[in-house]
Amino acid sequence: MSLLNISNLTMQFGGLVAVSDFNLELKQGKIAGLIGPNGSGKTTVFNVITGFYKPTQGNLFLDGKEITNLTPDRITAMGLTRIFQNSRVFRDLSVFDNVMIGHHIRMRSSPVAAVLRTPGYSAHEKRAIDQTMLLLEQLDLAVHVNEKAGALPYGLQRKLEVARALSTEPKVLLLDEPATGLSSEEKDEMIDFILKVRQDYGLTILLIEHHMRVVMGICEEISVLNYGKTIATGNPVEIQSNQAVIDAYLGEG
Amino acid sequence: MFRLPTRSTMLSWGLAAVLLLLAYIGESALDDYVIRILNMWGIYVILVTSFDLVYGITGQFSLAHAGLAAIGAYTVSLLTLPPDAKLMSFLLQAPHPLISNAQWPLLPALLLGGVLAALVGFMIGAPALRLHGDYLLIVTFGFSEIIRLFLINIPSITNGAMGLKGVPYLSGLRWTVAAVILAVFLTNRLITSSYGRALKCVREDEIAAEAVGVNLYRHKTLAFVFSSFFVGIAGGLFAEILGTVDPNTFRPALTYAVITMAILGGLKSLTGGVIAAGIYTVMSELLRTVEAPRMIFSYNFPGLPGLRQLAFAVMLLVLILFAQRGLMGSNEFSWDWLLSRFKRPGTKKEGGEA
Repeated sequence: MSLLNISNLTMQFGGLVAVSDFNLELKQGKIAGLIGPNGSGKTTVFNVITGFYKPTQGNLFLDGKEITNLTPDRITAMGLTRIFQNSRVFRDLSVFDNVMIGHHIRMRSSPVAAVLRTPGYSAHEKRAIDQTMLLLEQLDLAVHVNEKAGALPYGLQRKLEVARALSTEPKVLLLDEPATGLSSEEKDEMIDFILKVRQDYGLTILLIEHHMRVVMGICEEISVLNYGKTIATGNPVEIQSNQAVIDAYLGEG
Repeated sequence: MFRLPTRSTMLSWGLAAVLLLLAYIGESALDDYVIRILNMWGIYVILVTSFDLVYGITGQFSLAHAGLAAIGAYTVSLLTLPPDAKLMSFLLQAPHPLISNAQWPLLPALLLGGVLAALVGFMIGAPALRLHGDYLLIVTFGFSEIIRLFLINIPSITNGAMGLKGVPYLSGLRWTVAAVILAVFLTNRLITSSYGRALKCVREDEIAAEAVGVNLYRHKTLAFVFSSFFVGIAGGLFAEILGTVDPNTFRPALTYAVITMAILGGLKSLTGGVIAAGIYTVMSELLRTVEAPRMIFSYNFPGLPGLRQLAFAVMLLVLILFAQRGLMGSNEFSWDWLLSRFKRPGTKKEGGEA
C-alpha cells in the first residue's frame, strides 16, 4: 500500500491544461523526484496535493484516506506538508515561534482555555516547547532560537522551513526546490540535511529540484513532466538515458 | 524557560490592585474634568487594544470599530435607563415594550453589550474575513455605517436620530480601570498563547500559515469576535460617561481616532496603545484652545470646530513619514526591562508578563 497515491490528476486553468493525467505512487520511506523544464507543471502538482488548488479531475489519497478536496490546513493535519519554492518563513517571528506554530494543529484546548491557561492547555504548551527545543537542537538551529527568522541567512531559512514543517509531524514531506539559491557548498549540506531528516523522522519525501546533482543523488524514483504531461518515470539511471527526457531538456536534435 | 508564574506575574497583579485602589480614591479626590479625561483614556485604551489585536497582530484591516462600539453603547443605555427617563427621551414614538420597562444593573448590561457586539462582529466577520486587504477594509467600513443607519431607522428601540438622553452614570473610574485591566490582560494572554502565535502567522504569510496547519478563517474570526466583545464593552462605558447616546457619536471619525492612536503607539504593541491613547486624549483636550475664537492682530478670528483634527492629521503624516513603527513598534513593556533600568519614571502601565 502506498502512502501517497495520485491517480489521473488533471489541473486546468481556463483553457490552459497545466497538468494532465498525472499519476504517482509513493511508497513509505521513499524519496521521489519530480523534474521537468520550467513551466512544466511541477509546482502545480504540489499545489494540488497540498490543497491550495482544487483539481479539475483525479483523486488523491494519503495513507488510504482521500484528501482530494480538503483545505491545506486539514491536509497538513493529516500528515502531509510542504516547503515552498521561495523561502516563506514567518520573517517577523523568532525562530522559536516559527517552529512552535507546527504544534498548534494538535491544540485541543479552546481559545478560552488558552486565555485562562487551563492545565490541559499548559501541558500542551510545555510539551510543544520541549519538542521545539529538541528539534532545534537536532537540526543545529538552537543557537538562533531567539533571532528573527527574516534575519537568518538564506540557507538557514531553508533549514528553518524544514524544521517548521517537521514540527507538524508529517508522514509525507513535499520539498519544492530546497537547494535553489544556495551555493554549491550549501547544496551539498542540504542534500545531507534532507537525507538525515528523512532517516531520523522516517519521512517519505517528494522533491522538486532543478539541480541534477541533487536529484540524481538522493531520489530513488523520478517522474519527468513536460508541458503538464508525464513523459517518463523510473530510477535515476533510466531517466538519464531516456530519449524523451533528453529531448525535453535539450530540444529535439 | 519561557513562561513561569514569577515575579513578573506577581508585579502585574500588584499593579492591577494599585490601579484599582487609585481609581477608587481618585473618584472622590479628583475633580470631574480630570476624571472624565481619565475615563476617556481608559475607553480609548480598550478600543486601541482591540484594534491592535485585529490589525497589528492578525493583519486584518477592519474599520468596523465605530459600529461595534455603537452596539455596546445602545445596549447599555437602553438597559440602564430608568423607565420614566425613557419616556422623556422617546417623544415621537413609544419605546418598544421589550425595553420600556427594562432596568438592569450596570454589570450585566455591559456584558450583554459586549456579547451583542461580539455577535454582530461575528456576523460581519463571517462573510467579510474571506476578503483581503482593501476589500476587507471597504466591507467593514460599510458594515459599520450600516449599523449606524440601522440604529437611526429603528426609532421604537433607539429613538432614531434623536438618540437617548439621561443615561445614568452608574460606572465611574473604577469600572473603566477594571475594564481596561481585563481587556489588556486577556488580550495579552490571547496574543501570547498558541492561538496568538497562529494569529501572527496569519499576518505574516497566509499561505505558509495554511501549510503549517493554521485554519485561516477560524483564526481571523476568533480575533475579530474577541476584539468585538471589548469594543462593545468600551462603547457601553462610553455611553455611561457621555450620558447621551446618538448615532452621530459613532460616525467613522471614531474609528479613525482609534487608528490614529494605534499607529502612534505602534500597531503591534499593546503598551504603545496604552501610551498613545493617553497622549491622544490629553492632546485633544489641550487642542480645544485652537478651536476657540481669538483676536489675532486686532482681527477677530471666529472659532473653527474641527481644527483639532487638522493637528492629528499633521501628526499622522509626520508619523508615517518619519516613524512608521510608532512609539513602541512591536515592543511590549515588561517588568524585567523596567527593573533592569531601576527607577525609571514615565512608563505607565501594562498587564504583561513578557
